[in-house]
Amino acid sequence: MNFELTEERRMLQDSLRRFLADKYTTQVRNQILDSTAGLSATIWSQMADLGVIGALLGEDKGGFGGTGFDITTVFEELGRAGVVEPFLDTAILGAGLIAELGTDDHAGILEDVMAGSVHLAFAHGEPTSRYDLNIVATTAQNRGDHYVLNGRKSVVVNAEAADHLVVSARTSGDVDDQNGILLFLVPSDADGLELNGYPLISGGRAAEIVMDGLVLPQDALLGSEGNGFDAIEKCVAMANVALIAEALGAMETAARLTLDYLGTRTQFGRPIGSFQVLAHRMADVFIELKQARSAVILAAGHLEADRVTRERHVSAAKHLIGRVGKLVAEESIQMHGGIAMTQEYELAHIAKRIVMIDHRFGDTDHHLERFIALGADQLAGRSGTAATTA
Amino acid sequence: MDLSYSDKELAFREEVRAFLKAELPSDLSDKVRAGATLSKQDHDRWHAILHARGWLAINWPKTFGGAEWNAVQRHIFEEECARAYAPRVVPFGLTMLGPVLQKFGSKEQQDHWLPRILNGADWWCQGYSEPGAGSDLASLKTSAVHDGDHYVVNGQKTWTTLGQYANMIFCLVRTDPGVKQQEGISFLLIDMETPGIKVRPIILLDGSAEVNEVWFTDVRVPVENLVGEENQGWTYAKYLLTHERTNIAGTGFSAAGLDALKRIARAEVAGGRPLIENPLFAARIARVEIELMAMEITNLRMISKAASGQAPGVESSMLKVKGTIIRQEINDLTRRAVGPYAMPFVSEAIEGDNAGIGPDYARPVARQYFNNRKISIYGGSNEIQREIIAKTAMRGQTG
Ligand SMILES: Cc1cc2nc3c(=O)[nH]c(=O)nc-3n(C[C@H](O)[C@H](O)[C@H](O)COP(=O)(O)OP(=O)(O)OC[C@H]3O[C@@H](n4cnc5c(N)ncnc54)[C@H](O)[C@@H]3O)c2cc1C
Ligand SMILES: Cc1cc2nc3c(=O)[nH]c(=O)nc-3n(C[C@H](O)[C@H](O)[C@H](O)COP(=O)(O)OP(=O)(O)OC[C@H]3O[C@@H](n4cnc5c(N)ncnc54)[C@H](O)[C@@H]3O)c2cc1C
Repeated sequence: MNFELTEERRMLQDSLRRFLADKYTTQVRNQILDSTAGLSATIWSQMADLGVIGALLGEDKGGFGGTGFDITTVFEELGRAGVVEPFLDTAILGAGLIAELGTDDHAGILEDVMAGSVHLAFAHGEPTSRYDLNIVATTAQNRGDHYVLNGRKSVVVNAEAADHLVVSARTSGDVDDQNGILLFLVPSDADGLELNGYPLISGGRAAEIVMDGLVLPQDALLGSEGNGFDAIEKCVAMANVALIAEALGAMETAARLTLDYLGTRTQFGRPIGSFQVLAHRMADVFIELKQARSAVILAAGHLEADRVTRERHVSAAKHLIGRVGKLVAEESIQMHGGIAMTQEYELAHIAKRIVMIDHRFGDTDHHLERFIALGADQLAGRSGTAATTA
Repeated sequence: MDLSYSDKELAFREEVRAFLKAELPSDLSDKVRAGATLSKQDHDRWHAILHARGWLAINWPKTFGGAEWNAVQRHIFEEECARAYAPRVVPFGLTMLGPVLQKFGSKEQQDHWLPRILNGADWWCQGYSEPGAGSDLASLKTSAVHDGDHYVVNGQKTWTTLGQYANMIFCLVRTDPGVKQQEGISFLLIDMETPGIKVRPIILLDGSAEVNEVWFTDVRVPVENLVGEENQGWTYAKYLLTHERTNIAGTGFSAAGLDALKRIARAEVAGGRPLIENPLFAARIARVEIELMAMEITNLRMISKAASGQAPGVESSMLKVKGTIIRQEINDLTRRAVGPYAMPFVSEAIEGDNAGIGPDYARPVARQYFNNRKISIYGGSNEIQREIIAKTAMRGQTG
């Protein structure tokens, strides 16, 4: 057994942690949160130069990482610093899907992504799909030399900043059919694509998207007809691993801030940490954090496993992190008292990020049900499909 | 044992319902239901409607222009108001200061200030907490020094709810630094227009601007604004607390919240069926509903004890702890119920422009979840309430 990071990953972790501690101060973050862009272009390009995006893509795609532990190394640091920049959307989801399904023609986009000059977004969720990856009502009609898309996408994170969107649509099947889902690479300024953008509670921005007779050339199709779902599930698994690592980093920050506060805030003539009720609750937070780290390691280590094993570990971890995240966020706020309720204090932002991670790609309940369903599949020796809708 | 309300109480409930149906403006209840921020004008409007009906000061004696309802009536009224999405009556003048003035204020103070609370001439806020004095309120430092026929006040208050709307603040100030902490505190009424007062808003984590910091620099307050005796303020503050803690269980808010949660869970679809039919989610709702059912009876047991003349003691602490846990759980489930549409931050400012962002009911729920973390912190945090409960239990006095 060896739970140490490799030398390269440790260096990446160190440099990223140092960079963020230095550059991503509470004041800078609050400015970014207040800005209408919802992200800092300067920070983005500096982090791209640091190799952050390259570390998220495999060597065959021109990157130098891309495994589960590369992803968790990066995202834990992003979470620790409360970074709102959309690395998940551009590098894991957008670039991940292009890397998965694209051809040599797309190598240029991936290079630009790694250089920090191109932004991406994944337009998949729809007003009624909730967390189910197989529900796609958006239609794509194949008209020989082109496709026509019609439908609506909801809460598409980073849509406004994106140069290209990866959009899902179906050519066949019922609305919840896994088969028949396709992915398209769509320039964000395409005619027939309407964006309605807004800020998110935990920072960053998203948009509602309406596609009304959006015409796409044949070569906008990523991969071939019919293999969309597998790629989506795989990339969303990576995204969930990124999210749980981010939550872990954010929870450690919340715990650190709370611990500091317990030692410095005095009431009744003594530090509040000397009240045993708070000390014990802090101890519980640390116990749960240990468990959370294990869950992240376990999921990261199974990203390359067969489908059911992979998905089961991902759901297990997302469930556990959802539960622990709520505990850590709520306990941190409570133990801080009123100060935690203030917008400008770092904890408020960190707590919101932790809680809202539960609302991306499945909350703690969704993944509990999915874990159960996948377990049933595994027992029955199916690599089957039932579990995807839980 | 009789678990049902008397005919008289039921008739009273009907009367309250009819009143709310006729008099509660729908634009106000729509705003409350949607979780929108109420303006000062909104509050003033509802205040005036209740005043016109004589149902504003429900806890005051008739001699002071109150309704003089018993605890059961007050409970019924507050529950119906919450269920009808009536604006919350701002408590600082009516439920906090009013009773203190009635018990400890001079005749002049009563004659001057009490009618002004009723007719809305004054908007009061509560100046207790300070940056260094939260749970440990008695360690407060804001000083008031006697100087001729004035007190000169210096210091800082914080977390002053709706202080931006207030023209008056009631403060705990230190008038004798040389004695035991609790013994050197006085209760002072201060006009917010007095030179030397500065108010700065604090933005909370959900983006709301409901609390403020208030600074006092050489603020001159006439001595006739001292309530009761100098250095006896702690006694009055403790008396006020027992009043602050009426309706503390908030069962009406929880009931309204549970209704809303079920409505949302019926409208949301998860895995191809209404969320409310999802076994896991249905179990979560059921669990909190069962808690609330018991809480309602717990609350009524305490209320009927209070109605028979026994002062609420440790009971109010129990109601506060359990009541806030239940409300927060309902907020949490409601946030979960709306799925990814909990993520958008839809502020008051852009609400009009962004009608298309998810279902209407989704917009306020995450903000409410975050905002209501406050209810287990303010008014004596849940840890402090548990200390009170435990201490009483150790003395063998919890029934
Ligand atoms: C099945 C069993 C097998 C055992 N086997 C052995 C054995 O083989 N050899 C041996 O030497 N002993 C053995 N023990 C004894 C065991 O180590 C003691 O029970 C243990 O140390 C607790 O002591 P206590 O039972 O006296 O409880 P106490 O120490 O009296 O504690 C009572 C309660 O108060 C709490 N408490 C105490 N101090 C504090 C504090 N400072 N802060 C907060 N809470 C506190 C405790 O957590 C506990 O909940 C065994 C006990 C059991 C039940
Ligand atoms: C939204 C909001 C509105 C408010 N409105 C008003 C208002 O209008 N007027 C006003 O005067 N005040 C107001 N308050 C202040 C409120 O009363 C205080 O926040 C509260 O008393 C807690 O104090 P604190 O925030 O300083 O936390 P602290 O007292 O510093 O407590 C921090 C943590 O330590 C715990 N703790 C403290 N002492 C102990 C102990 N002995 N044992 C165990 N745990 C302990 C607390 O429970 C809490 O978890 C408001 C607060 C908020 C958040």
